[in-house]
Amino acid sequence: MFYDVYKAWRENLSQYPAEAFEAGDVLRALNRDRLDRLDLLALLSPAAQPYLEEMAQKAHRLTIQNFGRTISLFTPLYLANFCSNRCAYCSFNAQNQITRRQLSLEEVEQEARAIAGTGLQHILLLTGESRQKSGPEYIEACVERLRPHFASIGIEVYPLEEEEYRRLYEAGVDAFTMFQEAYDEDIYAEVHLAGPKRNHRYRMEGPERACRGGIASVNIGALLGLGEWRTESFFTALHAEYLQKHYPDVEVSISMPRLRPHVGTFQPVASPVTDPVLVQIMLAYRLFLPRVGLTLSTRESPELREDLLPLGVTRMSAGSLTSVGGYSEGTETGSPQFEIADDRPVDEIVKMLRTKGYQPTFCDWVNMRERTPALRQSTAK
Amino acid sequence: MAEITLQQADAMEIGGIALDSRLLIGTGKFSSHEVVPQVIKASGSQVVTMALRRVDWKNPQENILNYLPEDIVLLPNTSGARSAEEAVRIARLAREAGCGNWVKIEVVQDQRYLLPDNFETVKATEVLVKEGFVVLPYMSPDLGTARRLADAGAAAVMPLGAPIGSNRGLKTRELVRILIEEISLPVIVDAGIGRPSEAAEAMEMGAAAVLVNTAIATASDPVQMAQAFGMAVAAGRMAYLSGPGARREQAEASSQLTGFLREG
Repeated sequence: MFYDVYKAWRENLSQYPAEAFEAGDVLRALNRDRLDRLDLLALLSPAAQPYLEEMAQKAHRLTIQNFGRTISLFTPLYLANFCSNRCAYCSFNAQNQITRRQLSLEEVEQEARAIAGTGLQHILLLTGESRQKSGPEYIEACVERLRPHFASIGIEVYPLEEEEYRRLYEAGVDAFTMFQEAYDEDIYAEVHLAGPKRNHRYRMEGPERACRGGIASVNIGALLGLGEWRTESFFTALHAEYLQKHYPDVEVSISMPRLRPHVGTFQPVASPVTDPVLVQIMLAYRLFLPRVGLTLSTRESPELREDLLPLGVTRMSAGSLTSVGGYSEGTETGSPQFEIADDRPVDEIVKMLRTKGYQPTFCDWVNMRERTPALRQSTAK
Repeated sequence: MAEITLQQADAMEIGGIALDSRLLIGTGKFSSHEVVPQVIKASGSQVVTMALRRVDWKNPQENILNYLPEDIVLLPNTSGARSAEEAVRIARLAREAGCGNWVKIEVVQDQRYLLPDNFETVKATEVLVKEGFVVLPYMSPDLGTARRLADAGAAAVMPLGAPIGSNRGLKTRELVRILIEEISLPVIVDAGIGRPSEAAEAMEMGAAAVLVNTAIATASDPVQMAQAFGMAVAAGRMAYLSGPGARREQAEASSQLTGFLREG
């Protein structure tokens, strides 16, 4: 279990203070093909800051080599925002007075048509944590409705049991996202004030249960801005490495979400994740894990997303809404989870990618369940 | 052998189709679909592989198939398959979708190196050959597996030169050489070829063909690199057919050790 690795390194980490790394350690990491954990720590240390350009050049080369000049596109679909947790940084916090909604299956289809109309074929389904309102059966029913419209269906919901993941996989879910939020247990306890989400270990082992349940693509991350960023990104990378090693048939990717404005009072107290810090984290991930996918969401501004693009990004969300409903005109809209920063529509993102020399990929999965692709002849030449 | 002229040499026959070009091209990793037809033209390639998972049926503008010349042989691959069963399902979907009956089997259970699973690959080959597919399996160069694939009715075997996308060249040289010697099927070196000189090297060894994607797609000038690969593959093939002279370790010795046999 990754939890054991986490525990062991929690103890170890104090032996390797960030300030102890020197330029030589960074250069050694830069010159290796396969980096070890000390190299990772060196790349996250202050000593790496003068070497961001060298790191970026290598990260760019590795990404082109492994993933080509292509970016996979996806968009989130919030199914429901009922939640029994009290997360200090989240608008869906049970105590917040917001508009609570859940999409009916008819609305799910309406939203699906509106999203599919933009060309997107990878969708990520989100809910708050409420087994009562949006239990696995509800998610499965939504998947049934969505399957004909999309090549890939992902879920970003509360942690489930292995058996539940298997059922959803069999229903057509191939991708999974779960952010640990904070790897640091103390911080985790501080910001998750009440609700089932308080169980730090159960959440941390969610990705492993998803892998065992058959899910083909797993995306993890720490919510940057909660804990101390060096520790958090170190554990995120270790977590991804663990998943790659123990579930070699699963495509592992990492998100780097930074805290966004939300309803509620929580303000980040830890060392701020500035743009240069975000860049350093991303480059360290790429150099340590050349085959890991890196996901960049609309939490970041258009300008920054374009600047980050060549540094290792492989997946981007586009045309995103974080409210329940709102893609189609017919659905009523609930309160958003957080404010997004890049609200450009899909076609603008596509145009931007092409201008930058990248091919936007709408479809990178074969949904093998009852999906019959149209005949070649029927597609317009 | 001596009578063979290079002009008449030497179409390669796979699945009943005679192919003049011995360079197969992959369509992944390019910055746009628009560049792919130019790459195909410059390379002279007649067989093009594409991942079915990347074929975008819903957006004609994004559908790679709409960018390929009509006379090209489509070689859909089963990228994304983690088991024989999934590979079989993807192959069937490809055929139903009008991609023809050729399939490149890729069964990968290792996302770090994308190394193929030979065991599952054999199983998928057995099923798909029976269903009438022309099966080209991507494999780790292992003689036992290659024999099983041949027995199962594969149309060729496609051993890797090095991990996909690594551009490291013919790291598996000795193992590929053994396959070329021992297997009567065409041996197509797939994956790892990073430079035209490495493609030529594989062809000089007697490989029937090579498949190249990353080295072309990630070049600064993919079209020119495609042409360079086309020329290198042709040159390597020509050299193989020419029967290169034996290599000597040193110049001929001046005093012969067996000269006495010819004396008196």
